[in-house]
Amino acid sequence: MDLFEYQGKQYFARFDIPVSKGDVALTVDDAVKAADAAGYPVVVKAQVQVGGRGKAGGIKLANNADEVRTHAGNILGMDIKGHVVKRVWVENASDIAEEYYASFTLDRGAKKHLLMLSKEGGVEIEEVAATNPSAILMLHIDPVDGLSAAGALKAAVDAKIPEKAQQGVADILVKLYRCFTEGDCDLAEINPLILKPTGEVHALDAKVSLDANADFRHPEWEEFKATEELDAREKLAREKGLQYIGLDGTVGIIANGAGLAMSTLDVVNQVGGTAANFLDIGGGANADLMAGALEVINSDQNVKSIFINIFGGITRGEEVAKGIVEALGRVDLRAPIVIRLDGTNAEEGRSILANAGIPESKLTSKPTMLEAARAAVALAK
Amino acid sequence: MAIFVNQDTKVIVQGLTGGQGKYHGLRNKAYGTQVVAGVTPGKGGTDVEGIPVYNSVAEAVAATGATASFVTVPPKAASAAILEAAAAGISFIVCITEGIPAQDEARTYNTLVRDFPNVRLLGPNCPGIISPGKCNIGITAGEIAELPSAGGPNVGIVSRSGTLTYQALYELKQRGIGVSTCVGIGGDPVPGTSFIDCLREFQNDPETHAIIMIGEIGGSAEEEAAEFIKANVTKPMSAYIAGVTAPAGKKMGHAGAIVSGGKGTAQGKMDALRDAGVKVGQNPTEAGELMAEIVAGLR
Repeated sequence: MDLFEYQGKQYFARFDIPVSKGDVALTVDDAVKAADAAGYPVVVKAQVQVGGRGKAGGIKLANNADEVRTHAGNILGMDIKGHVVKRVWVENASDIAEEYYASFTLDRGAKKHLLMLSKEGGVEIEEVAATNPSAILMLHIDPVDGLSAAGALKAAVDAKIPEKAQQGVADILVKLYRCFTEGDCDLAEINPLILKPTGEVHALDAKVSLDANADFRHPEWEEFKATEELDAREKLAREKGLQYIGLDGTVGIIANGAGLAMSTLDVVNQVGGTAANFLDIGGGANADLMAGALEVINSDQNVKSIFINIFGGITRGEEVAKGIVEALGRVDLRAPIVIRLDGTNAEEGRSILANAGIPESKLTSKPTMLEAARAAVALAK
Repeated sequence: MAIFVNQDTKVIVQGLTGGQGKYHGLRNKAYGTQVVAGVTPGKGGTDVEGIPVYNSVAEAVAATGATASFVTVPPKAASAAILEAAAAGISFIVCITEGIPAQDEARTYNTLVRDFPNVRLLGPNCPGIISPGKCNIGITAGEIAELPSAGGPNVGIVSRSGTLTYQALYELKQRGIGVSTCVGIGGDPVPGTSFIDCLREFQNDPETHAIIMIGEIGGSAEEEAAEFIKANVTKPMSAYIAGVTAPAGKKMGHAGAIVSGGKGTAQGKMDALRDAGVKVGQNPTEAGELMAEIVAGLR
């Protein structure tokens, strides 16, 4: 789950990482209130989960309430690369002496945590990596050891952070690492991490991505979920406990297992079709889940045919078949189903489907993935 | 021969008294696996259809001499269960649990590396391992795995995806090609066992004559495997990578399956494997066909 900047800053604040005084606003009036409380001058920042908002005019400096009114009015509702701005973050403007970069992620290859630290902040880190890779310190951290205060200070020195800022950067690194680990982040990034003329080090931006698997131990994430930007189909799918990603093709896909679902998309594409979605009903899929999956697919107006691709492991064939029969009774499906069913109890499943009295115009069964894909794509044309 | 497990492997099931643990533990036993005990704290002294249940792994190991564990407990409890097994002397741990936080996985993996270097963890979030006719630990339906033939050629399977593992088994079964061992390493960000670990074992296993590898988008495990293959694997291979059509920036179900910053694409992985001499199919069936050609050449 990716957080907006303001949520990232609120999350940082929980771990005592210094951020600017400010507030989030959904209206121009609230933006002015936030500015009055933060103290002028302020920066009005569009809250969108896409880069390049500064260039698009989504970040403006305001010296008084009138300017806040003008800028917030322009920015709210603005379209930045297809993302409509619904909120602005208004914060006290900071004087900047220098800009650095710091982030923690998991390096999957090394199976360790990775600190990236650079004295070249304020620009895309990918750009620094491409033009001046030696300006980025990459330090692996054993998750069992963690990052000590001494280790953080050494990193700041090794990254050639100027001496006057080293201790301040090291303090923030320790806090950011705690945020990353205890806060269950996939990514915790500060860019820019600034040095003020007065000597303090401070997070001027926040990019945080949370690990959804850790949801169970973070009740405080509820408020973040409320603002997550999902399309209607994705929302419905989540309510039903399904892994769903909306795409824009015409063949609705239901498969069990992420790998098989991805593979199903690929095969549909190879035989000349386009997938309307990725949908993994997961292991242990039962009649309820299958019925729910069909409802979600049915809510997508672009879907012209539905390809159900099941290979039973945990998922049992007869459960899948019962789910389809039940769903056909519950939902008036607009599109015909092509099913390929194999694996655990597939025979039983196929016989349930064959004996349910479903007309062939609504459901056909194919023995292989490729044949089923061809049939589904033909029906979608 | 088989890799990691064989007909003598004694297995305990951590979580045997739960719904999934019972279903799959009993299925593994029915397949012929030596499932000797279950472990559920607080349920010691009971049994599940004749399989004795103990309160701790240590008690189960002391009573049965088990060396392998099948961990099927909820995400919250999985890391502790894995470390308990390692501390009790289990040397091969299969964890099928889906949804373990990445931070827990990273800590658990590195704790095993440091404190229990001789313990192998398979998974988490994996379908398990099957050596047809000998041992099945996990959730694979045993009947879809073709038995190895005495003289060979037999194929080893290693896969990052659960259902595509079954698909690969099925492709070989339909063609009557024997399987030495099939290993599902799982699709999480920090798998305990890597492609390379399995490829090394298959290369050294005299009863494995060819290898199928099933990968997916995200990370760089397939590219690293390709490097290893180039330098170390002389047995013929076919492969398939899922997710050619996956959009960038979207997690395709598995926590590990995401194309980000232009890295981890299916195309890049297929190119790396081709460059290492692996025959790469466009779909699982094609990977099966390519393997059938390889096997025909070996016969």
